[in-house]
Amino acid sequence: MEILQFDFMRNALLVGLLVSVACGMIGTYVVVKRIVFISGGISHTAYGGIGLGYYLGFNPMLGATLFTIISALGMGLVQQRSSQRQDTVIGVMWAVGMALGIMFVKLSPGYTADLMSYLFGSILTVPERDILFILLLDLLIIATVYRYFEEFKAVAFDEEFARVSGLKVEFYNILLLLLVALTVVVMIRAVGIILVIALLTIPPAIAGEYSRGLKGMMGLSVVLGIIFTTAGLYLSYLFDLPSGATIILVAAAGYILALLMKK
Amino acid sequence: MDKTVIKIENLFVELDGVSVLENVNLTVNEYDFLGIIGPNGGGKTTLLRVLLDLVKPVRGKIRIMGESLEKNRHLLGYVPQYAVFDRNFPISVEEVVMSARLARKQGRRFSHEDYKIAAAALERMEILPLRSRQMGELSGGERQRVLVARALAAQPRILLLDEPTASVDSRFAAGFYELLQELNREMTLILVSHDISAVSTYVKTLACLNRTLFYENSRELSQEMIEKTYHCPVDLIAHGIPHRVLPPHDGVVGS
Ligand SMILES: Nc1ncnc2c1ncn2[C@@H]1O[C@H](COP(=O)(O)OP(=O)(O)O)[C@@H](O)[C@H]1O
Ligand SMILES: [Mg+2]
Repeated sequence: MEILQFDFMRNALLVGLLVSVACGMIGTYVVVKRIVFISGGISHTAYGGIGLGYYLGFNPMLGATLFTIISALGMGLVQQRSSQRQDTVIGVMWAVGMALGIMFVKLSPGYTADLMSYLFGSILTVPERDILFILLLDLLIIATVYRYFEEFKAVAFDEEFARVSGLKVEFYNILLLLLVALTVVVMIRAVGIILVIALLTIPPAIAGEYSRGLKGMMGLSVVLGIIFTTAGLYLSYLFDLPSGATIILVAAAGYILALLMKK
Repeated sequence: MDKTVIKIENLFVELDGVSVLENVNLTVNEYDFLGIIGPNGGGKTTLLRVLLDLVKPVRGKIRIMGESLEKNRHLLGYVPQYAVFDRNFPISVEEVVMSARLARKQGRRFSHEDYKIAAAALERMEILPLRSRQMGELSGGERQRVLVARALAAQPRILLLDEPTASVDSRFAAGFYELLQELNREMTLILVSHDISAVSTYVKTLACLNRTLFYENSRELSQEMIEKTYHCPVDLIAHGIPHRVLPPHDGVVGS
């Protein structure tokens, strides 16, 4: 294809692939463990770190990583106290992260024009150093899931029995939230923090309908992610549409189609 | 002399500041089949959860095979009351049973030994042919057997079962209890239920739990025990109970 000759298009496809792998694997856990709301909270607090990056003048991606990791640890603590106010606390952390970001951005001296790309994604303009960073995070995510696959599965399926079997359930829950944090960072450049949660959950939600095992669900989620990001990317290039939103709408269309086919 | 496998002394448990168990004392001997009955909310599930170290008592001493809970908790197998899991979770019967081997797993993968133990546990429960089925596709009775197989795969010395036949029909329950009686040759069983008639036919000893434990080291329930436990007239309770539950001289139950 002609458009493949452009460097930026090759990079965008690579980012789409990296994003699909991370969100297919971790999104599967998010969906089966029903931690969509916690994950939404983690992704939105990333904005605080992006603002901090602008304010202090370092790469906003590093700020986002710092903030998502801190919020993952915080959400992990909240998750362990099985209080009824769990969702309230998560909602508050979510909002505080966003508010901090807004403050930092307002206080920032420099030019903040590409802020929108962090909020809504811009898969066609990801700088090379960020692609390298995303690749690194992807490898970390894959290695951790590979090592602890059985443990994560048991804790997700029946937490109480996992505990009785002698597993350190708290450890795996927090480790998983940390992986969610890293996955969010991987996805920010492509779809933006506002839309992360959609791409994290739609492919596994579809895959779950057709899978008999967690591995298969992950694999199918990754493939669906690649299809959605590539199709979204192509459409956004063709019609000059915002790439993040196009990818999400393609994914949503896929979800609706899958639901109709299942009927 | 029978060997003591569980000894509970002066156990007090509170949940959210409310007293749930008070001054529970219990001694269980090896190869016993103990049935613990009591009304809903009597604290039966809580007692099992304390034994499994899922709930910390306020006060009291627990010994498993003469050692602390921390040291010997792994000797206990657990079949929970409700299968709380999601029916849509993509997991096979074998995978569920294998999860009991996790704590003993070395490295990333299970060993051949682990798979053999899981297969033996499935065979024990007569559900080996179901090993590759999805959990969500099973009937209530089949699912219950998978949960017992999962507990067995941990190779426990003492098996705790919480209302295992609550959601299955009585025809299935009979076969299930017979399997338990076979298991009882190799391990100690503690079975919790709110249904006296179902349990009392199969167990060796009975205890009643309603906040505190009324325990008589025999299979026969005294009228006093039932009255204390259920706080209601024995006539009501005794109706429909197999006659051997109550002492033969007790006039309440006929043939
Ligand atoms: N997590 C909890 N927090 C507070 N109270 C609880 C909790 N779980 C159970 N209870 C209460 O403890 C008592 C005993 O419950 P349980 O052990 O489940 O009884 P059983 O299994 O005999 O029906 C009940 O009154 C119940 O309402
Ligand atoms: Mg109960």
